[in-house]
Amino acid sequence: MSLDILVCVKRVPAPGAKVPLTEDGRDIDTRHLGFTIGPHEECAVEEAVRLVDKHGGSATVLAAGPPEVAEQVRYALAMGANQGVVVDTGEDELDPQATAAAIVHAVGELDTSFDLIMVGNESADAGHYQVGVRVATELGRPVVGGIKGIDVLDGSVRLRRDVGSATEVYELPLPAVVAVKEGLNLPRYPSLPGRLKAKKAQLRTVSYRPEPGGLRKIRLRQPEDNRAESVLLGHGAAAAPAVVDVLEELGVC
Amino acid sequence: MLILAVKVDEHPAWADAVGVARGLTDDVHAVVFDASAVDELPKQGIRVAHVVEHEVLGDYAPEAYGEALAQLVKQVQPSAVVAPGSEKGNEVLAHLAARAGLPLAANCTQVGGTGRPWQLTRIRGGGMLLEDAELDASCGLFTVQPGAGPSNGTAPVDAVDVHRFTPELAAELARTRVVDRAEREAGVSLATAEVVVSGGRGVGSADGYKTLEELAELLGGAVGCSRVATNNGWRPHSDQVGLTGTKIAPKLYIACGISGATQHWVGCMDAKAILAVNTDPEAPMMTRSTYSVVGDLHEVLPAVIDEIRARGRVDQASG
Amino acid sequence: MTNTLSAQLPDSADVVVIGAGIVGNSVAYHLAEEGWRNIVLLDKGPLPDPGGSTGHASNFIFPVDHSKEITMLTLDSMRQYEKFGTLTTCGGIEVARKPERVEELKRRMASAKAWGIDSELITPERVAELVPFVDQSILLAGFCTPSCAVVDPLQTGALMREHAQQLGALTVSANTEVLGFDVVDGRVRGVRTDKGDIATETVVISCGVWSPRIARMAGARIPLTPAVHQMIDVGPIPELAETHTEIAYPIVRDMDALMYERQSGADLEIGSYAHRPILHEPDEIPSIEEAALSPTQLPFTEDDFDPQMEDALELFGSILNTEGAGVRHAINGLLSLTPDGSPLLGETPEVRGLWSAAAVWIKEGPGVGRMLAQWMTHGHSEIDLHGADISRFYPHQRVPAHVRARTAEGFNKTYGIVHPREQWSSQREQRLSPFYSREKALGAEFFEVAGWERPQWYESNRPLVEEYGVQDRPHEWDARWWSPIINAEHLAMRERAAMIDLSAFAQFDVSGPGAVDYLQRLCVANVDRPVGRLIYTPLLDVAGGFRSDLTIVRLGPDKFRVITGGADGARDRKWFLDHLPESVSFADVTSSVCTLGLWGPRARDILSAATDDDVSNEGFPYGTAKEIVVGGVPVLALRVSYVGDLGWELHAPFEQGARLWDAIAEAGEPHGLIPAGIGVYGTTGRLEKGYRLMGAELEAEYDPVEAGLALPKVKSADFIGKEAYVAARESDPAALLCTLTVDDHTSSDGIARFPQGGEPILTRDGRRIVDRKGRGSYVTSAGAGPSLGKYLLMAYLPPEHAVEGTKLQVEYMGEQYPVTVARVGRKPLFDPDDARMKA
Repeated sequence: MSLDILVCVKRVPAPGAKVPLTEDGRDIDTRHLGFTIGPHEECAVEEAVRLVDKHGGSATVLAAGPPEVAEQVRYALAMGANQGVVVDTGEDELDPQATAAAIVHAVGELDTSFDLIMVGNESADAGHYQVGVRVATELGRPVVGGIKGIDVLDGSVRLRRDVGSATEVYELPLPAVVAVKEGLNLPRYPSLPGRLKAKKAQLRTVSYRPEPGGLRKIRLRQPEDNRAESVLLGHGAAAAPAVVDVLEELGVC
Repeated sequence: MLILAVKVDEHPAWADAVGVARGLTDDVHAVVFDASAVDELPKQGIRVAHVVEHEVLGDYAPEAYGEALAQLVKQVQPSAVVAPGSEKGNEVLAHLAARAGLPLAANCTQVGGTGRPWQLTRIRGGGMLLEDAELDASCGLFTVQPGAGPSNGTAPVDAVDVHRFTPELAAELARTRVVDRAEREAGVSLATAEVVVSGGRGVGSADGYKTLEELAELLGGAVGCSRVATNNGWRPHSDQVGLTGTKIAPKLYIACGISGATQHWVGCMDAKAILAVNTDPEAPMMTRSTYSVVGDLHEVLPAVIDEIRARGRVDQASG
Repeated sequence: MTNTLSAQLPDSADVVVIGAGIVGNSVAYHLAEEGWRNIVLLDKGPLPDPGGSTGHASNFIFPVDHSKEITMLTLDSMRQYEKFGTLTTCGGIEVARKPERVEELKRRMASAKAWGIDSELITPERVAELVPFVDQSILLAGFCTPSCAVVDPLQTGALMREHAQQLGALTVSANTEVLGFDVVDGRVRGVRTDKGDIATETVVISCGVWSPRIARMAGARIPLTPAVHQMIDVGPIPELAETHTEIAYPIVRDMDALMYERQSGADLEIGSYAHRPILHEPDEIPSIEEAALSPTQLPFTEDDFDPQMEDALELFGSILNTEGAGVRHAINGLLSLTPDGSPLLGETPEVRGLWSAAAVWIKEGPGVGRMLAQWMTHGHSEIDLHGADISRFYPHQRVPAHVRARTAEGFNKTYGIVHPREQWSSQREQRLSPFYSREKALGAEFFEVAGWERPQWYESNRPLVEEYGVQDRPHEWDARWWSPIINAEHLAMRERAAMIDLSAFAQFDVSGPGAVDYLQRLCVANVDRPVGRLIYTPLLDVAGGFRSDLTIVRLGPDKFRVITGGADGARDRKWFLDHLPESVSFADVTSSVCTLGLWGPRARDILSAATDDDVSNEGFPYGTAKEIVVGGVPVLALRVSYVGDLGWELHAPFEQGARLWDAIAEAGEPHGLIPAGIGVYGTTGRLEKGYRLMGAELEAEYDPVEAGLALPKVKSADFIGKEAYVAARESDPAALLCTLTVDDHTSSDGIARFPQGGEPILTRDGRRIVDRKGRGSYVTSAGAGPSLGKYLLMAYLPPEHAVEGTKLQVEYMGEQYPVTVARVGRKPLFDPDDARMKA
């Protein structure tokens, strides 16, 4: 069966070893940071492209946020997605209710009625763990999270989720929403021709200012690092006896 | 003030959720989907349990769980609902939040106040940052970050007052229920191993992990890796430690050739001890570790393995 | 960490090197080799990769550059990388897509021959044989250098540190941040760090893109801008992966697309100099913790690179389109750009003891370290570094706005086709002589030197072209930044007279009881001459090579005026100040003096019409100076000439310059006086007279004997370089500076071509000419001799070829042109007895 798939991605900063904050502590200081889409969502895009390759149909990528989210939409297009949608919600970070409302609004604006909507299990920066569920609920569709395997059957999807030492299987009727996790696949790097195609692609822009929800960010903080200074056990192979002393002390050998 | 603490599965963070709830009120009720779970509650000092029963709830079914909770909340009118910040705890409370039209704060480390608004602190990016926030709602929904609950125990109670609750659930809510379950291949699980020997960019190749596997086996531990290794195809994603991989809390985490980017650090920072091996003494993982060895892991690990074997022989000889 | 690579810092050190990239490591290593001990090498970042540009550079080396200095530094560096076993030869090809680039590749061939590097021009088919993945159909030619290589600068740096440590000479301290300097009376006394303070008299700043920030802490400016160079890696590509090696194919520089492609394991690395200049501030570079990759690997800005992707796909489509190959790595890498593109080496002019080793590429790093260590130890280096000397910049060239504007303009020239006379378009009109408005009104074509706007020629003189029947140059390249008016101005000067704006001279007044001794110590010529005498003199370094050449006027018993070229003024100023004793005062009067040259057979008629003073040959003999009044303006007049005709340099108060100009112009009108440009002064007039130019003929690698500038006698007073100078006089020179004439200019296309300088001189059978010191013969200056009716070249030739009448050839744009040695030594071809000047 042919599938029309919508993948929702989020523009998130790509930090180094320390996440710098703005002076007022409201946001991450992104002056020196690049932006990316989270690993879960990268897998979602990859999976959508593969499913469309296999079953036919289309893969549409959507991102909500400031106009700069176009960069992430184009990245997904470079990976092989077919259409891009920018939901311009302005500069301020949205709470999860507002994000879901913006996505639901944009889905209503688009002509395609998507068989499958894919989201990341949680965003790499805020980690609210709820946008996909809210979107699905609003659209009246089934949704399951934590998915690391997708098989499309006739009119349904069979999903696999690792829980502890077991794998759970779900079977959702289409249309459905799936929240996926990294490990679903190994995403490709965008090819040069893909990048060029993505650069030229026409993006659909939907502007929408959703009502704020009930969770209000006050400020961000660095977690305290209470660890003591590292104890240097030595250099190279000569450190082995000291290492094994520690292993014995910890009772692991 | 009544707070409902929802037990979704066997995740230990349930105790953290109860602890956080009890920090706000003495009136904490448990909500369970499995009647047998009631037996454990007296030990946790819980006097009232709502046992949710319906045929759709025969196995884990997040949509139905959420709908059932929405109906229960409507009936008992709690001030807040808390659940463990586990994958399923977050999922079920997200369904409750969506169905009830309420805000939800996931992975909280602290909740304060009496509502309208609640003051809370939650983690972001798996623990890269803390967020102070307010939550303004008729009923506060929170999941609690594993380990965030108070460490002091609670006096047990003698008996639990069990309230049975049977929601009205449409048959179609069974559509997201688990239909099959399979055990995955055995071996020491990364998530529960006492020792994890993990490798990153410095390992250099898929073959390079042989030494790590050998050491892990000697120590009865599991092998882990960083995202670089997964992306290079050196290790399966199931070995990945980090924000989007597995978050672990072993007794000892041995990080070999891993620089320690934030996304990795949040996956291993709960380890009791960390031993870092790296050629760069100032790599973040080296400075944040408990113990460090400056050097090439391909020289250090074989020497450690030899040393363990040598001592083992000595022990046998002397024993 | 309780214990790291960082050793305890000593309280004092003989030298502190800040920055442990390839440059800092190399400086520390070579200082140790030179015998320095107690060297401290610091870096804010960790080792072996502290996070600077060394850690992300593409690490390939193309040895051929049009600049001899850069090429020599590169060749020295390649020898060092090879010695450390960190060099892999892979070959490299610069490819041409456009006809102009084919010409440029021919010019590169000439440079390769001049500097003695094996290269060849190859066909597109041959390019495709060497690199099977290129689309040869879009190529016109290739310039192949088999010795091109990739190197490992991090490993090299580690080996250098190790070696210096084994000598017991080096303390290395990583993760050590410099917080400030102790500077007392303009001299560095110590370095303050977060790990303690170190007392030291010598500091080297080799901090790459951070250098300006560190230098500012000491009160010095290192004029560079951190700028982005975009790089991406595309892979995996099976054809590359199967080689199982880092690099198996030659590196390709796609010159017309301003980019390069090289194999890096299974990936093709693509780097670009085509995108818009993306400049950063040294203070705004993120810290190691804040940066996702490293402080000098900033987030990739995709939009800037997109056009290059199309170019890359065009040339390398066959492998870049491979299924499964994607962009695996993409960065905006930071590198250091300078206003003129050259490195920043040497002691800073602001702070004694504070040395700069910045804006150095991987290809030059080890060589720069070796030369700087020689310089710090002995006061000079084997390779003449005048083009890289940090003291070459005047104050206005060190301000951030200038640095940013010129680096922005220069960035896209990295792979550009840059004409040797090409002028900058940004930051012009920085220094204007008082004659400027008059010159502009006359249609002057301004060229810049040291920020000064100087007329190169005047459009107002265009009618002279027809009058004197001057031919234009038929080839656009030869005629670019040139005009036949120059030759016409020259002929009019020889016949009548010309006035030339020389205000760009740098001028110093040296006075006090020690002035004679001071200047004796610096100059080869005896300066203890009667008051009023002009003294032309070379200045040498300790090894006897040229440091400068200039004119000194004895104004009084203890007072001298030093007049030197604008291009070298800032370097000379530092040289003079470095040797200044307390008993001598030094004043830079450049900005208070303007200079107008007046030369030609009618010069005396003109000057005498404008002055009441005696300017007759008896009253004002050649080689003397006198205060006279010209048009009411007090003028220091010098009876001297660089163009070979009767006349004077007239030095006037700057603010009275316009009056002086008008007075001379008015007096000159009846005599047919014309304004003439620097094209005459610097090239045609000079070459006809065989006068040598600092930076062209004169440089540290040649001595006065070879240059034909040895004086008849060696003065008894001691001077810098005397020992070497005496030795040179007593031995046979390895080369002699000669003037050659071009016998036939006709190219294979049947048009006349004119070499521009830098070309190799070959034997008639096409062999390179190399002297016994290993120095190849090349054209140091080229230009017309309109009065001789010949086109002139200067070149050093070994004695066997330095024989008048010897037939040789010059290679220009891929063709050979016959030349004849017309003169050996300094005797002019035009007016050999200087009768005109002395008239």
